[in-house]
Amino acid sequence: MTLRLALTALLRNRTRSLLTMLGVIIGVAAVIVTVAIGAGARASIQTQINALGSNMLVVIPGSITMQGGAVRTGFGGSSTLTPADGLAIASLPGVAAVSPAVGLRVQAVAGANNWQTQLSGVAPTYTFIRGWPIDKGMFFSQNDVISAAKVCVLGQTVARNLFPDGSSPIGKTVIMRGVPFIVIGTLTPKGQSGLGQDQDDAILVPYTSAMQRLTGQTTYVQMLMVSANDPKQISMLENEINVLLAQRHRIVPPAQNDFSVSNLADIAAAASSTGAVMELLLAGVAAVSLVVGGIGIMNIMLVSVTERTREIGLRRAVGARAGLILRQFLTESIVLSTLGGLLGVIAGLVGTQLVAALAKWPMTIPPEWIIISVLFASLVGVFFGYYPARKASMLRPIEALRFE
Amino acid sequence: MATPIVDVRNLCKYYEHGESSTVALDGVTLQIEAGDFVAVAGPSGSGKSTFMHIIGLLDEPSSGQYFLEGQDVSSLSDDARADIRSRRLGFVFQSYNLLARTSALENVELPMLYAGIGSAERHRQALEELRVVGVEDVASHSSNQMSGGQQQRVAIARSLVNNPALVLADEPTGALDTKSSKEIMQIFTRLNEERGVTILVVTHEPSVAAYAKRVITFRDGRVIADGSHAKTEDLETVGL
Repeated sequence: MTLRLALTALLRNRTRSLLTMLGVIIGVAAVIVTVAIGAGARASIQTQINALGSNMLVVIPGSITMQGGAVRTGFGGSSTLTPADGLAIASLPGVAAVSPAVGLRVQAVAGANNWQTQLSGVAPTYTFIRGWPIDKGMFFSQNDVISAAKVCVLGQTVARNLFPDGSSPIGKTVIMRGVPFIVIGTLTPKGQSGLGQDQDDAILVPYTSAMQRLTGQTTYVQMLMVSANDPKQISMLENEINVLLAQRHRIVPPAQNDFSVSNLADIAAAASSTGAVMELLLAGVAAVSLVVGGIGIMNIMLVSVTERTREIGLRRAVGARAGLILRQFLTESIVLSTLGGLLGVIAGLVGTQLVAALAKWPMTIPPEWIIISVLFASLVGVFFGYYPARKASMLRPIEALRFE
Repeated sequence: MATPIVDVRNLCKYYEHGESSTVALDGVTLQIEAGDFVAVAGPSGSGKSTFMHIIGLLDEPSSGQYFLEGQDVSSLSDDARADIRSRRLGFVFQSYNLLARTSALENVELPMLYAGIGSAERHRQALEELRVVGVEDVASHSSNQMSGGQQQRVAIARSLVNNPALVLADEPTGALDTKSSKEIMQIFTRLNEERGVTILVVTHEPSVAAYAKRVITFRDGRVIADGSHAKTEDLETVGL
């Protein structure tokens, strides 16, 4: 009966009911859209980290102290890792693949065109470790590594800039540091990294070729990339590599390791928790607008109680108990806020689609947020509806009837 | 002798204003029998409205006793008074007090809603009472589509639906023209004579009081005249 009374009263004032709900509608829609933006951002960060290889470990040389302790280089400052270290790691159980890596900036020249880019000397396992397949042609083989072959594979950006006429680069010659390399393949486009770098702006050559023909540093590599079989075993593997390399490098405590193993899963976790914090922050801001919507409901309900004083007096005179008046007004505000919440969800879903389509921003709506925001809207109705409802129920019938 | 509908003994009502207090009712003792048609007359400030509010259980007396149909209702809880208003009392107000944007039929159904009567029965009885007061043709109209006379008839129908022991009318013709006033008072007379409805009308107009079988005149919170027939001389002596 209370619900019926409340609905009748609300329907009697359709325009006012709708305007009152507007605050909650906008509030809930804002919550949904901002949460969707936040969750979308988090998901896209996650995807990019996965693209790096979520089960990937990176071993880099450690820091060394030079000039009698006056200068400390950062990690990677020393030259301690060899291709043989890589082979030793590859024989550990749980390791899927290892690739040494050396990198340098080169000016690549092909005919009349030239382009400065990042060259990486890697092993054939690189495409597997990075999850980065070949587009056209083929990748270099273990034989190419052994013979330090003058072959290269181009990223899409390099291919486009060195061969702007759209002709196939395969079989063509690219000269780097005076050394001619034959293009044997191109990589599929990978897009930007999480840091905004163009990952397609790259040339890959066998790491032996890079070492012997380009850098002249033939003993040490700059990095070892390790891919684990199972992402769950990453931290265990990290320990095993630490132990193995310490042994191979004959490091005795208290001496520090001359290498460092880092784990992309940690970075992924950090990035995703940052995303979660951002998502919560956005939702918090949106929740404030929901509370403002609730205050709007309270305002209108208070006005409504004053405006309907005589009605309340009459209802009391013909036999409504004070508690029933309270319940009627409370139900009115809960109906307004809950209905506003549901309409807000619809508006939020539409808004999310619009933002996704117009801003090309990845959006994901966590379903629990739909439930949370509708529940929160109802709670706002209870909280902000109680005071006006109580005020209505406390009116003395004769005074209410006399009210002009 | 049957139990009187209203039996008040030494009813008093004071209003406190800080230090001073106003006496609204000063020891009223009277009885109203079933089937009576009583007019309560008196100038404004005479206590007649306060008397009606207490009789209608909208207000409580400061002292004294009030028996409604033999039940002591002098000091009941707010809820208990609401329940009695719902089942045993009917109200007609000067300003009709119909709910806005609500049909006449729904207005008449309202007291039955609070008394917990089912939808079909509410509908049937509301239509029946609208027919009794002669406005069944405007059942679906809302108050802004009706004349004052029609609105007051709907209000009378509303006061009748729960078959109350007593119908209280507070200046029921105060907002109406002479013709409509006459029609309204004729309806009250007919209800009293044909259905035996006990009616108490508060008015300051002698022409309205003249319809009643009994006129009780108030002045300064006391009953100064109580006659079975309104006598013009009585009213003149109190300045009306």
